Amino acid sequence: MNSQLALQGVAVSYGDYTAAQEVTLSLEQGQIGCLLGPSGCGKTTLLRAIAGFEQVSAGTIKLRGQAISRPGAQLPPEQRKVGMVFQDFALFPHLNVQRNVGFGLHAMDRKSRAQRVQEMLSLVNLEAYAKSYPHELSGGQQQRVALARALAPNPEILLLDEPFSNLDSELREQLATEVRQLLKRNGVTAILVTHDQNEAFAVADQITLMRDGRVVQIDTPYNLYHNPASEFVAEFIGQGSIITVSVDDTGELDNGLGILDMGHRHWQAGESLRLLVRPDDVEYDDFSSLSLPIVSKSFRGAHYLYELGLPDGQSVPCMTPSHVDRSVGQTLSVKFNLQHVVVFPALKEAQS
Amino acid sequence: MRFNYQTAGRLASVLLAVFASLALFTPSSYAKTVNVYSARQEALIKPMLDKFSEETGIHVNLITGGGDALLTRLRTEGRNSPADVLLTVDAGRLYRAKEAGVLQAVQSEYLEQAIPAHLRDSEGYWFGLSVRARVIAYASDRVKAEQLSTYEALAEPQWRKRLCVRSSNNIYNQSMVASMLSTQGKEATEHWLKGLLANFARPPQGGDRDQIKAVAAGQCDLALVNSYYYGAMLELGSPEEQAAAQKVALFFPNQDDRGTHINISGAGVTKAAKHVAEATALIEFLARPEAQQWYAETNYEYPASKDIEASSLLKSWGDFKADSVDVTELGRLNPQAVMAMDRAKWK
Amino acid sequence: MEINTTTTSTQVLHRGRGSFSWRALMLLTAAIIAIPVLIIVASLLQNYSPVWEHLLDTVLRDYVLNSLLLMLGVGSGTLVLGVSAAWLTAMCEFPGRRVFNWALLLPMAMPAYIIAYTYTGMLDFSGPIQSALRSHFDWGFGDYYFPEIRSLGGAICMLSLVLYPYVYLLVRVAFSEQSTAVLEASRSLGKGPWKTLFLVALPMARPAIAAGVSLALMEALADFGTVDYFGVSTFTTGIFRTWYGLGELRAAAQLAAFLLLFVFILFVLEQYSRRRMRFHHNSVQQKPTRIMLKGWRAGCAFLLALTIVTAGFLLPALQLASWASERLASTDVSGFMTLVTSSFTLAAIASTCCLVLALILAYGKRLHPGPLERQAARVSSMGYAVPGTVIAVGVLIPFAWMDNRVDALMREHFNISTGLVLSGTLAALVFAYVVRFLSVSLQTVDSGLARIRPSIDESARSLGKGPLQVLQHIHLPMLRGSVATALLLVFVDVLKELPTTLILRPFNFNTLAVRAYELASDERLADAALPALAIVLIGLLPVTLMTRTSSATAAIHPRAKQLNKDHHE
Repeated sequence: MNSQLALQGVAVSYGDYTAAQEVTLSLEQGQIGCLLGPSGCGKTTLLRAIAGFEQVSAGTIKLRGQAISRPGAQLPPEQRKVGMVFQDFALFPHLNVQRNVGFGLHAMDRKSRAQRVQEMLSLVNLEAYAKSYPHELSGGQQQRVALARALAPNPEILLLDEPFSNLDSELREQLATEVRQLLKRNGVTAILVTHDQNEAFAVADQITLMRDGRVVQIDTPYNLYHNPASEFVAEFIGQGSIITVSVDDTGELDNGLGILDMGHRHWQAGESLRLLVRPDDVEYDDFSSLSLPIVSKSFRGAHYLYELGLPDGQSVPCMTPSHVDRSVGQTLSVKFNLQHVVVFPALKEAQS
Repeated sequence: MRFNYQTAGRLASVLLAVFASLALFTPSSYAKTVNVYSARQEALIKPMLDKFSEETGIHVNLITGGGDALLTRLRTEGRNSPADVLLTVDAGRLYRAKEAGVLQAVQSEYLEQAIPAHLRDSEGYWFGLSVRARVIAYASDRVKAEQLSTYEALAEPQWRKRLCVRSSNNIYNQSMVASMLSTQGKEATEHWLKGLLANFARPPQGGDRDQIKAVAAGQCDLALVNSYYYGAMLELGSPEEQAAAQKVALFFPNQDDRGTHINISGAGVTKAAKHVAEATALIEFLARPEAQQWYAETNYEYPASKDIEASSLLKSWGDFKADSVDVTELGRLNPQAVMAMDRAKWK
Repeated sequence: MEINTTTTSTQVLHRGRGSFSWRALMLLTAAIIAIPVLIIVASLLQNYSPVWEHLLDTVLRDYVLNSLLLMLGVGSGTLVLGVSAAWLTAMCEFPGRRVFNWALLLPMAMPAYIIAYTYTGMLDFSGPIQSALRSHFDWGFGDYYFPEIRSLGGAICMLSLVLYPYVYLLVRVAFSEQSTAVLEASRSLGKGPWKTLFLVALPMARPAIAAGVSLALMEALADFGTVDYFGVSTFTTGIFRTWYGLGELRAAAQLAAFLLLFVFILFVLEQYSRRRMRFHHNSVQQKPTRIMLKGWRAGCAFLLALTIVTAGFLLPALQLASWASERLASTDVSGFMTLVTSSFTLAAIASTCCLVLALILAYGKRLHPGPLERQAARVSSMGYAVPGTVIAVGVLIPFAWMDNRVDALMREHFNISTGLVLSGTLAALVFAYVVRFLSVSLQTVDSGLARIRPSIDESARSLGKGPLQVLQHIHLPMLRGSVATALLLVFVDVLKELPTTLILRPFNFNTLAVRAYELASDERLADAALPALAIVLIGLLPVTLMTRTSSATAAIHPRAKQLNKDHHE
């Protein structure tokens, strides 16, 4: 029980509706976790349960070994030592930056409070704005104030609810990196909620992927990408498409795309398989004998992302350098690189 | 009901039209009309006006309001004012109206004959129509009538903390002090006020009925009130009011010298009047025995007309000698009376 | 290419002109409405009569002191009652909340002087309670202590009881529109629910609180009936005493002008103190989750709400009803119905006029947030602090002047007399109501607008909507609550209005308030009870209408909403 945060079989429900259930996860001191998933998967509900704004209907939430939420016994939010950064920052509009940041420092005397506020403002590079009001700041500045305000009382854990979604995309990436550095430098334990995998990858050490109120996979960003536990994870994380194929006993695919690495020994010969094809699994090669028709394309700056049609009607993605500029309807010569491809057993639905 | 803004938009545009049509709201015209600005409340004048219309065929239009407010309206409206008659409930306002030049003199033999000279303007600018006496109400179980004599005597130390009276904002208190000023002079009046205030049982508050109730309930032993409130409580009041009034008796002070202080309600024809004949007819009507009787019987006032006797209830309180000071004088002295009361800190 | 340029420049020109005309409209409206108030203020430039010396020597200190104490008392009274009522109904859940939600508005329909009469009837020395005490314990006068109802304290209680709904209405809206996230942020920063209330929720509701309290204060300052009946000399009774008793209309107007200046300075100070703060939400609105009150807390909440409603409405209404029942038989029904109709119509017309003008001013201020516009709006809403009779004089003067000038011109050139065209008509009366009550609708609409972020205007404008369209399609729908509130407040105010009506009304035109007052001032309380009760009942009509519209939205429980959202996603 030395985890900073531990959730054991947690469920949150409103009446008959269960927003989250059977959630078990833990976070070590100084680790940054992330709750990732599509809208409505229950990740925000879970975060609010950790903060104490929602009651759990089953399971326990422990912070530094102390139970803070059990069914019927909730520590009020203000006693949890939990810092929170809200999606819209929720700065107090009637207080200036200094007083926003100092808001949670009620236990301190005036002098050390001022010192702490100063410290926090310099941490987020906003010393010059101490007397400004929230509406006088830019979005990025407001976000940094919200961060400073949440960190000022030295919380046991920092909760970030979609903290970058209100910012423009360039700022988003830059701030995500900055926030990670800041948290790491100060050894802050944190949980981020987001629906954006890039944000999750940029900030988190450990990602909890959720769907329909349940945990689907808890893993490092690398494993989540390369070892997705299910088709849902594979589709949600990164790009790619999943195609149905069958193989013979040498691993040769029936549609002639190539041979599977024999390391993937999950299958029986002749059986249908589901194959996750990432764009980097399909290489552009002018000398390849295999050329596939282009179904659609999109420009990505340094790359083109093409969608290529297979003879059986399925399609696969392919990334090429941006000078390879073909039109839809033309063909592209490609080579399949199936060493690391992820294979799932065929779904019953897919067979029918 | 949902608020529909499309409708609201249209509504707004019609608004101006409505506003304009509001301006056209005028009472239907009759062959003969007379327009009255009355400080006497509708309930206390309307029945007589209806009677007047019935008898003469002259239609009466009426606005009631505060005396000074109506006077101000009359003044600002100037020569185009629709008002023909100004009715007030005290002499001071009539005096002010005359001074402001909004009244005109009328010659009426009937009025000159019926209304005593001290109750009307000597030049015919206005005529008193009813008389209101300011009397002492006393707790009949604790005070004997023999102990009472004059207004002046109310300032004597024997009445310390035993007197109830309403605020000096009240016009009848003001005119009572004005009458004191006119007979006793400034210094004596201020000295009297000092003694009187020392005798207040409680800070001035409420209306005249409240003073009578306070006497009945034992909060004080004496009160200065207008006699008609007592009459109304006795005959028209709720059971509690009647019970209270029955514990209280009236005393008419200063019977051995100048007489009990009175004020009048009265009327004058306005300078802007477009129906002078009708206006004069109305005032004459209100001075006629029938109307005078009505004042006395429904509102317990004393008739101004010499020919009419008071109602039976009023007569049961006994005849009294009224102060015969010219009521114009009271109007003239009213501001000084207020200042004297201010200085004495009579709230 | 050329054609293109022309189109663009016309569009630019058009937009420029559109907003200019809005500004002109706003300033013109403000100027016209400000005339009566300015006439009163202009009296300051006239000679000061010797009576001023007398006032300064004797009574003025008392007037000022009592008025300040009255303001202080009514300010704190309405603040405490209004805010706690709003907090309970907007942020908490307890048995009966739905009913209290609208029942707490009821005292607003009680004219202050009427509630004063009813309480005096009950609590006075000669009233039933004290009489019962005396006969039970065999006490006499002076043997025991009983709070004196007819005192400054009594006046403060009476006025607070009927004026707190201004605070309640505005603050409740502000509370229910507050962003939940901001409140949660405070909780997660270690402040409990009570500290969050005082440190975050209340300060954020400050514009609404300030608006509500200042409405209540202005109404208290302008009150004559209650303080006069209780024998408390305030600045307003002083104005009337100077006018009626001393016959000095000009000095009275000068006193009123000083009152106005005082109120003006107060407002400027309040505005200045929050000059840099903003109070609108920087977030998508999320309905706050109500705090579930259980056990003794729920009991306390219930009792508190019940006490307020009982003291402010039920008791006095019952007293009125019992008085009215004594006289019911002798009532002239058709005459009474005429009174009801004319009161209702007048109130409906006046409240609509006030709303439209308030929208013009408030929105003009938003479009052109310059100092001129701000002051124009403020000056045009000063009438609320002025006693109705004084406003009426301010209205009489310009109307009569204009009518007489027109008449003089017509006589001179055409030899016909037009007489008084507008003076003494309902138009003059409605204008006076607007002058007096515009502040109510303006403050309400203003505080509603303040909660809408400017970026919403900007986004709508950038989508090609003109200012009027933005108002129509964006603000009005978002302001529905404030609009209904503004209509309701003015409606009830006009229904109760007395002194202005008394002076400015046309011949043979009566309202319920006039009838109630005439009878009450003649101390015929039993006869006054029926019209007073009718005022209260008609006042209830819009209150219930409004609760129907607002409960339609409030009926969806926040949880249910969230559920819905989750499912749809």
